[in-house]
Amino acid sequence: MTTALKTTQYEAVIGLETHCQLSTETKIFSDSSATFTADPNINIDPVCLGLPGVLPVLNQKVLEYAVKAGLALNCQIAPYSKFDRKQYFYPDLPKNYQISQFDLPIAEHGWIEVEITDSTGKPVLDQAGNSITKRIGITRLHMEEDAGKLVHGGSDRLSGSTYSLVDYNRAGVPLVEIVSEPDMRTGQEAAEYAQELRRIMRYLGVSDGNMQEGSLRCDVNISVRPIGQQEFGTKVEIKNMNSFSAIQKAIDHEIERQIQAIARGEKILQETRLWEEGAQRTISMRIKEGSSDYRYFPEPDLGPIEVSSQQMEAWRSELPELPYQKRPRYEETLGLSPYDARVLTDDRAIAEYFEAVVAANANPKLAANWIMGDISAYLNTERLSITEIPLKPKALGELIGLIEAGTISNKIAKDILPELLAKGGSAKDLVERKGLSQISDTGEIEAAIAAVLAENPSELEQYRAGKTKLLGFFVGKVMKQTGGRADPKLTNQLLANKLNP
Amino acid sequence: MIDREQVQKVAHLARLKLTPDEEEQFTTQLNDILDYFEQLSELDVTDVQPTTRAIDVSNVVRPDHHQPYGQREALLENAPDRDGEFFKVPKIVTGD
Repeated sequence: MTTALKTTQYEAVIGLETHCQLSTETKIFSDSSATFTADPNINIDPVCLGLPGVLPVLNQKVLEYAVKAGLALNCQIAPYSKFDRKQYFYPDLPKNYQISQFDLPIAEHGWIEVEITDSTGKPVLDQAGNSITKRIGITRLHMEEDAGKLVHGGSDRLSGSTYSLVDYNRAGVPLVEIVSEPDMRTGQEAAEYAQELRRIMRYLGVSDGNMQEGSLRCDVNISVRPIGQQEFGTKVEIKNMNSFSAIQKAIDHEIERQIQAIARGEKILQETRLWEEGAQRTISMRIKEGSSDYRYFPEPDLGPIEVSSQQMEAWRSELPELPYQKRPRYEETLGLSPYDARVLTDDRAIAEYFEAVVAANANPKLAANWIMGDISAYLNTERLSITEIPLKPKALGELIGLIEAGTISNKIAKDILPELLAKGGSAKDLVERKGLSQISDTGEIEAAIAAVLAENPSELEQYRAGKTKLLGFFVGKVMKQTGGRADPKLTNQLLANKLNP
Repeated sequence: MIDREQVQKVAHLARLKLTPDEEEQFTTQLNDILDYFEQLSELDVTDVQPTTRAIDVSNVVRPDHHQPYGQREALLENAPDRDGEFFKVPKIVTGD
C-alpha cells in the first residue's frame, strides 16, 4: 500500500428511499380498513388478495394525499400518471406483483431544505447567527401498495418441513415512496432529511410517520469515493433502522466500514446490509447481482390519472403553513433564535398553540420560553399532548401579559402555572381570586420594610456596621411579609434607601 | 429470435422448472409466436400512442369509505393451506 493511498480523503454519497404509510381509512385499491389490527387477516378482501376476476379501484384520498405531499416537497405534479405492475415472487405479495408506479410517477423533481445541526441536535449557525441549510433534491414520489407480513416460520409437526404464516392485513395499505437525489454526505444530513420529511407528512396530516410501527421506513443507499472523483463508488443499501439516530449511526458506521475496506484494497460489493441495533453494526443480507428484473408493465386494471390544474390548485390551497415556512418566519418576524424556531415548529400542534399565544398579544420570546420550558416538562411528565391540557393559549397569553405589566412576578407565575395547567380558566381571575397581584405601591412596601426592620434590630445593627450582604436577608423577610407579592426591584431599591440613610 | 438461454431466464423469472425437452419445445414455440406478432411491424405506428387499455377513461377513483368484506372465513378457506387465522405457505429461502 502506498502512502498516497493512506492519506486519501473520502466522501460519502448518500440517498434515501423512504416509504411512508398514508393515514387513510381504507386500502389503496379496496374497501378494507387500512388501520393497524393486531389480529391476523381481519382486513382482507378479494382485491387485496388478488383473487381472479376482481378489479382494483384507486382510493381518492390516496391521490389527494400523494399530490399534497408532492406539492409540499416542491415537486412537479404529473399531468398524466399511471400505475404499473412490479413483478416479484414472495409470499408477502399474494398477486405476485405489486401495483406501483414506474415511469410516470405522480410527482417528480422536488427538493427540501434541511438545517445542518450539531451532535446535540442544535442548528449550526453562520457568523450572522442564521441557521445553515442544505438543499436536498427529491427525485420522485410515487403511490404504491404495501405488502403483507410473514409472521414466522416453524417446523411442521407432521412432515418436518418448514413453512411460513402470512398475515395480509397490511397488503394493499397505501404508501408513498419518496426517492431523494444522492445529495447527502453525512449521517447527520440524512437523519435530518428523514426527520424533515416526517415533519412535513405530519403537518399535512397524510401520515403519522411512526418509525417504530413501520409507518415511516427509510432505506439508505450509500457509497464512498475519493474527494474530487466524479463517478460514484459501488453503492450498498442499508435497511432496518427504526429511529433517526439509528439512521445516523448506521450511515456513519457504514461510511467507516467502506473506507476501511477500500484502504485495505478490498472491493466494495453491491449488496443489501442490515443495521443491527444491538451490535451497532451492519451485516450483509444479500448480494445483488445486477439490478433486479421486475419486468414492469402498465397495470391494465387501472386507468391513468390526469390531475387537472384546478384540482391541483384546490389541493395546494389546503396545504397548511409548513415547518420550513414557519422557521424563517419565527426568526424574522417574531425574533426567535433558530433553535427556538426549530423546537417550536417540530410539532404542528405546539406551533399552532404558540401562534395562538402570540395572537393573544404575548411577547413571542416569553411565550416560547414558557412553552419550551415549564409547559413541555408538564406535557412530558403527564404524557399529554398540548391540545389536551385545560390551559388555553389565551390564558397563557394573559399570564405572560400579567408578568410583562408587572402585575405578578415571574415567581408567582411559576407558582400558579400548575393550577392553570390542571384546571384551566383565566390567569387574571386566578391572580385576583388569590390576591396574588404584585405590590408596586411604595407606601405599602415601605410599611412592610419598617415592620421587618423593627423586628430585626440586631441584623439592622450588623448591616449598618458594614455587613452589607445582609441585604438579601431583609429582601427575603419583606417578601415573606408580603406573601411574595412585593415588586422585587422596587423592594431592593426602597430597602437600600432605608438601610443607608 | 429468442434463444434457449432467454427461455431459461424467462422460466427462472416465472419460477418454472423446465426439462431440457421443454426448453427446446418452448424455444421453438415462443419463436413461432414472436414471428406471428412480427407481422404487426409492417404497420407504420410512428404517430400512434401505445395502447395499454381497451377503454379510454381516466381518474376512476372511489371514496375512502370503510366497508368490510364480511366473508373472512371464506377467504381463508379458499387458500391452498391455512393455519388457524393465518395463510400457510412454504418457507421461502431469501436470495436468488
